[in-house]
Amino acid sequence: MTLTLGHYLSLGAMLFALAVIGIFLNRKNLIVLLMAIELMLLAVNMNFVAFSHYLGDMHGQVFVFFILTVAAAESAIGLAILVLLFRNMNSINVDELDSLKG
Amino acid sequence: MDVKTGFFYLFSVVLLFAAFRVVTARNPVHAVLFLMLAFSQASGLWLLLQAEFLAMVLVLVYLGAVMVLFLFVVMMLDINLDTLREGFWKHFPLAATLGALVALEMAAVLMSGFRISEAPKAALEVGQLAPQVPNSKALGILLYTEYLMPIQVAAAILLVAMIAAIALTLRQRKDSKAISASEQVHVRAGDRLVVVKMDVVKLGEAPKSAEAGTEADASKETKQ
Amino acid sequence: MSQTLNASSLLAVPMAPLVGALLAGIFGTQFGGNWIGRRLTHTLTILGVLIAFILSASTLKSVAIDGARFNETLYTWMEVGGLKMEVGFMVDGLTAMMMCVVTFVSLMVHIYTIGYMDEDEGYNRFFAYISLFTFSMLMLVMSNNMLQLFFGWEAVGLVSYLLIGFWYNKPTAIFANMKAFLVNRVGDFGFILGIGLIAAYAGTLNYTEAFAKANELSALTLPGTSWMLVTVICICLFIGAMGKSAQFPLHVWLPDSMEGPTPISALIHAATMVTAGIFMVARMSPLFELSETALNFIMIIGAITALFMGFLGIIQNDIKRVVAYSTLSQLGYMTVALGASAYSVAVFHLMTHAFFKALLFLGAGSVIMGMHHNQDIRYMGGVRKYMPITWITSLLGSLALIGTPLFSGFYSKDSIIEAVHESHLAAAGFANFAVLAGVFVTAFYSFRMYFLVFHGKERYDQNPDAHHGHHDDHHDDHASHLPHESPWVVTVPLILLAIPSVVIGYMTIGPMLFGEFFKDAIFVDGEKHHAMHELANAFHGPVAMALHAVSTAPFWLALAGVVVAWYMYLINPAVPAAIGRALRPLVVLLENKYYMDWINENILARGARALGNGLWKVGDRTLIDGLLVNGSWKLVGIVSAWTRKLQTGYLYHYALVMILGIFLLMTYFVWLNK
Repeated sequence: MTLTLGHYLSLGAMLFALAVIGIFLNRKNLIVLLMAIELMLLAVNMNFVAFSHYLGDMHGQVFVFFILTVAAAESAIGLAILVLLFRNMNSINVDELDSLKG
Repeated sequence: MDVKTGFFYLFSVVLLFAAFRVVTARNPVHAVLFLMLAFSQASGLWLLLQAEFLAMVLVLVYLGAVMVLFLFVVMMLDINLDTLREGFWKHFPLAATLGALVALEMAAVLMSGFRISEAPKAALEVGQLAPQVPNSKALGILLYTEYLMPIQVAAAILLVAMIAAIALTLRQRKDSKAISASEQVHVRAGDRLVVVKMDVVKLGEAPKSAEAGTEADASKETKQ
Repeated sequence: MSQTLNASSLLAVPMAPLVGALLAGIFGTQFGGNWIGRRLTHTLTILGVLIAFILSASTLKSVAIDGARFNETLYTWMEVGGLKMEVGFMVDGLTAMMMCVVTFVSLMVHIYTIGYMDEDEGYNRFFAYISLFTFSMLMLVMSNNMLQLFFGWEAVGLVSYLLIGFWYNKPTAIFANMKAFLVNRVGDFGFILGIGLIAAYAGTLNYTEAFAKANELSALTLPGTSWMLVTVICICLFIGAMGKSAQFPLHVWLPDSMEGPTPISALIHAATMVTAGIFMVARMSPLFELSETALNFIMIIGAITALFMGFLGIIQNDIKRVVAYSTLSQLGYMTVALGASAYSVAVFHLMTHAFFKALLFLGAGSVIMGMHHNQDIRYMGGVRKYMPITWITSLLGSLALIGTPLFSGFYSKDSIIEAVHESHLAAAGFANFAVLAGVFVTAFYSFRMYFLVFHGKERYDQNPDAHHGHHDDHHDDHASHLPHESPWVVTVPLILLAIPSVVIGYMTIGPMLFGEFFKDAIFVDGEKHHAMHELANAFHGPVAMALHAVSTAPFWLALAGVVVAWYMYLINPAVPAAIGRALRPLVVLLENKYYMDWINENILARGARALGNGLWKVGDRTLIDGLLVNGSWKLVGIVSAWTRKLQTGYLYHYALVMILGIFLLMTYFVWLNK
């Protein structure tokens, strides 16, 4: 059968869902949290590119370009923070990060 | 089923499997490696969608830079693996339900809003353009005209990210002998010299050593 | 008839005593530095009152003989939405008579005080107060609008408070002055309601303008009820009179007011302040004539006061209290006359009563001075030998009080009894009985006091708590506890008051009651309330009235009262004790003043305090403070302690919530909001 937009969109949706599960499950590992965020961004990018292809509009891909940029910047800073966190608390256990507790 | 569809399914299955393993891997290094696998499959999918430039960029930027960064960090941190997975599978049923719901809903929304059963309609246009204009060129045309300013902003974002990362994690070397000029200029006399009043003592006894003691203290402070 | 009086001379009448009061009060006391001494103080104040008296007398002459009148506003001090608040004078027969009475009695009291308060530290303060009182009373009687009347009303109440509590270190005096002020306040509450109603419905507080609208008002009813508006207004105004003129049940303050020095008992609580209520009702006669219900009410209250207060006078042992209850009873008589629409008779009795009651009080004061401040009549007796002038004048006063023919009291009292007899109001039957019985009672207690004080055995040494006060500094030996006559500053006022007590009734009954004197001041609806008309028909001149009296009941009742008193207290002194033992419950009731004080103190006062306490503890502390104020922050605390649990501090919780939120929003917008 021919590939339709629907295929790609559902793929994106499943990928996103997996990433959400990842955030939900990983209470102990901050790095995996960050990686799950990357997966979410990937899912979004997937959607964009799919739309760009099937609707014939280049603007979708331009947007992916920018998302990529920002995602890179964000993961860099995220990891820097992670390193600092590890220096101070000597663990990457998310459960210990509750200073915001009300 | 033609080749394209087959490749699609291949890439998708591996992608989804890799994504699942990213979140469920025990060893963080394994998780990173699975993430790299996921990205490579995604790149393949994009090639199927005739977005070559982006596919390559994905490989270069993500696999080449971001994932390597992740690897560095994971290997650098001394992570205690045992405590990391406590209570992991306890939450899995709820998480799975949630994930399934999210996926279904997103799919439903996206599919109900678009005419998805058509063949890529603008594929005709793209197809028309494709032989004449390679993907990179088409992208370039847009980037250099319409999106010129956003590109500059993106550049600035990257600059800021770099500065931020450095500023966050840079530590001074503990044995560096570099002098801070501003600190030197702002020194106060009271921080350097202490005048101690002492009783008059008979000659040839303690006074000499006491005075020497105070001099030694003063010179120590100067050094700091 | 249209001749007007001079506004400046009228203004000088209240102002002269005021100036005297201010000078004495500021410079004569510690407040202003004690600049002027006693002699200058009493000279200044007496001068002020004397000027007022002379001008009042000349005003009376102009009004009565030349027919001059004055009704003008001198100054409008505020105007609010069409309602004008003014200072003005209205001088007609009624006003002129009151002015003369007030200034004359005040002058006598001022002179008397020189002798009575001679040894008191607050001498200057006292003179300032009584001059201030004169000013207030004059403003009250001369006013041409209800607001100025109310000002004078409150001012005399204030000065009465100050004077009753003159000896402020005495706890009983302080209790008494608070009692007087508070009971007055109850009356004033009704009064101001009445004034408010008039202001609301007539749109003006000026007498003439309000009376002009009287007929319109008589057609209205109080909104929301079926009561006639005029009835409500009149009853409210009369409640004010009940407070000020000490009618039952607001009479309780008058006997206690005897804690003040005797001169003020004479001035305020006999002659002038307590008559303000009577004056006010007479002044408002155009309104009262429109409401029979109000007149009935007035008559009943007056009758109750006249009779039952007289009973209380029988068992009193303090000389001043006997006279106080006598005042209450006579005020009841005046009120009954008002109820019978015989306003001029009531005011006439007001005038004669002012003279002989002031005389009786000042006489009592003279006796007290002579008896070295002993006030208990059980330990007096035979005083006539030592204080002749006091004796004679007190006898004349008592004879006037009981209504001996040819004395002034006879003319006014008998006119009242006649008027009540002629009245056709529903309450007239009871009132008639009350005033007749009251004649006997009045004669009895008056002469009981007279005989016990001035005649009989001398019982000075029987006094268990003889007053060994500062008098012993001046007396050389204990043997001279015998009374002595008072100085001339005390006896001369007694003589000057005795003269009108005897003759003024005879001289003025014709023109006042049946002549033109009160013609435009008092309004009587002759068709509905014809008592005055009948009286006029029966009047054949003062001499004829005196001769006719022998054939009327009051004369014989009064004579019987004197004889019984003579028998019981001079001939056979064991009889009162025997009767007292036989009628013990009755005596207890009388001694407790019908338990009115007990009701006031234990039920009303305690009840009010309990209410206040309850409102404080439950209403304020528990409900408002506890529940609303404290409860609101506690509620905020509880809610926030609860919601605080949402802030777990875990980022993944927050991310989860975000995702759930998006999820919900998607559900809503995509499916439910199609």
